[in-house]
Amino acid sequence: MTVTDAPRIVTSRLGYEDSYTLERYLATGGYEGLRKALGMRPDEVAAEVDAVSLLGRGGAGFPAGRKWSMLRKAPTTYLVVNGDESEPATFKDHLLLEGDPHQLIEGVVIAAYAIQAARAFVYVRGEFALGLERVQAALNEAYEHGAVGRDIFGSGFSLDIVVHPGAGAYICGEETALLESLEGKRGFPRIKPPYFPAAIGLYGEPTVVNNVETLSNLPWVLVNGSAAFTALGAGRSTGTRLFALAGHVANPGVYEVEMVKTTFRDLIYDDALGGGIPGGRGLKAIIPGGVSAPWFGPQHLDLPLGQDEVGEQGSMLGSGSVVVMDDSTCVVRAAWRITRFFWRESCGQCTPCREGSGWLEKVLRRIEDGAGRESDVDLLMDLCDNLAPGVSWPPQQTTICVLGSSIPSSIASAVRMFRDDLLVHVKEGGCPHG
Amino acid sequence: MSIATGAGAGHLSVERRARAVELVALYPHPRSALIPLCHLAQEQDGWLRPEAVEEIAGLVGVTPAEVVGTASFYEMLHTEPVGTYVVSVCTNIACMLKGAYELLEHIEERLGVRPGSTTADGTFTLEDTECIADCGRAPCLAVNHRFVGDVTPASFDQLVDDLRAGRRADDIPPHGTLVRVRRQGGLAVDEATVEAERRAMAERMAAAEGSS
Repeated sequence: MTVTDAPRIVTSRLGYEDSYTLERYLATGGYEGLRKALGMRPDEVAAEVDAVSLLGRGGAGFPAGRKWSMLRKAPTTYLVVNGDESEPATFKDHLLLEGDPHQLIEGVVIAAYAIQAARAFVYVRGEFALGLERVQAALNEAYEHGAVGRDIFGSGFSLDIVVHPGAGAYICGEETALLESLEGKRGFPRIKPPYFPAAIGLYGEPTVVNNVETLSNLPWVLVNGSAAFTALGAGRSTGTRLFALAGHVANPGVYEVEMVKTTFRDLIYDDALGGGIPGGRGLKAIIPGGVSAPWFGPQHLDLPLGQDEVGEQGSMLGSGSVVVMDDSTCVVRAAWRITRFFWRESCGQCTPCREGSGWLEKVLRRIEDGAGRESDVDLLMDLCDNLAPGVSWPPQQTTICVLGSSIPSSIASAVRMFRDDLLVHVKEGGCPHG
Repeated sequence: MSIATGAGAGHLSVERRARAVELVALYPHPRSALIPLCHLAQEQDGWLRPEAVEEIAGLVGVTPAEVVGTASFYEMLHTEPVGTYVVSVCTNIACMLKGAYELLEHIEERLGVRPGSTTADGTFTLEDTECIADCGRAPCLAVNHRFVGDVTPASFDQLVDDLRAGRRADDIPPHGTLVRVRRQGGLAVDEATVEAERRAMAERMAAAEGSS
């Protein structure tokens, strides 16, 4: 079996030019999963999803079924879709929003039925102008088709869906910040506890927040059954997952592969996938799971793409992004750019994150620019320790949300894996890469 | 100020004012429409004019200061004028590895402005932006949030010429126009109907649980 044999669960239509239209959706089995779900009791639908161990595809990897089961009993509950994909080098939800919006809408209605939500909101990252247009157009078609709105497919279940644009803020991908933003406020993450919006969410009501890719799996799960889904992958990591591959690879792009049965080496080097590193260069490091994740080296290439497998090695699959850095890469510059991102995107509520990110950015920049001191390497780690005491994985937290504790990942990786590179910058008075 | 009398009304066009009222009605709480209304105002003016802020405040029931306080948190909402075309060049990790900073240097030279500035003729505002999620086509940029991938110095120059000549008017509208597809109609179901449906289903499920 090659890595490309697994069924395409969420990307099956992306080859069609009109993949985003209702016509194509219906011609390829669209809304069949919803019809099936509406013939079941909501708790039966929820049990089916719970049975497949659908780990959240947004970043935290929390099982969707469990998230649903934690809902506090109340007359009004909400379903909110997290389509605020902003983790650097992550571009899979972007593709699903533009390429198959009906699949997402069907997933939303199935989930809303299972949890008996009163209304659903699809929060789409504001910068996704085309994605917003495609989702809104698909929603208009879905209302017309009877798949959304009053008495859906004659089932007696009614649901309104509202597409809501964000306005440019990475932090709004954090689910409590997203809810604040949806309430028309600054995207400040909420203080925990409560840890889950299932207790206190949108407008203080119980709320489930699910990621775009997570919900896009539901139509297939309903049509094909939980057994077909759990037959793919291994352990807790079932089904397929989208990986957004970027950086120094011949074929960057989004690939749907079977979890655990595929390795980083397959993803990066297989001709049907990444196609290897251009120019015959060697691999320096991989950033798995978004820039919040600690880096891997060439010794991790044969690690399977599974949530626990990657977690045990001290990193995470996170947002489903994989960045490849070849042996010409300056790791100081890479760590600096990632840190600059966190500094710009810190919401500013917590001192360690707001101030720490800026200090780290300055120290890294002076090392890159040739004004670094030998003691700067330890200074970096000391600052990281203030953000995430112990600089371990998973990180300890000194801030309201995990943005702060994510900042040390790239810096600690650069220091631990490539300490000599940093020292060369200091000794030679600048970046040897030019 | 009075919310009930629609303080600040009159800045948004009649058609946009009607759309604004429809947007507010989509949410259980009016304030949720604050960001969508800011986008609507930018569609009209290109940026958030103080008059628009007043009107939005009246529509969602907060003070103008709260509207600005919220809007200023978000990169896409501009409380100062910007150019007709906002060019957002991604320099984050995936694009940086593919030469984004070298590309940005060329763009600065071509436009004659640094990131954060607008050309003297008011046509282009340049931004050095964070990841725009188009990394498969790095280095990439967005013009008014329309994505352009695999950018080279030559393709950027062509893009500038095309924009100036109006050849991209169809796919790249002036800054502020975000979503050209409108929602058809408001909510389809009233709250009481939804509540009654959910209550009936809860009873059905409780009965099924009791009998099993």
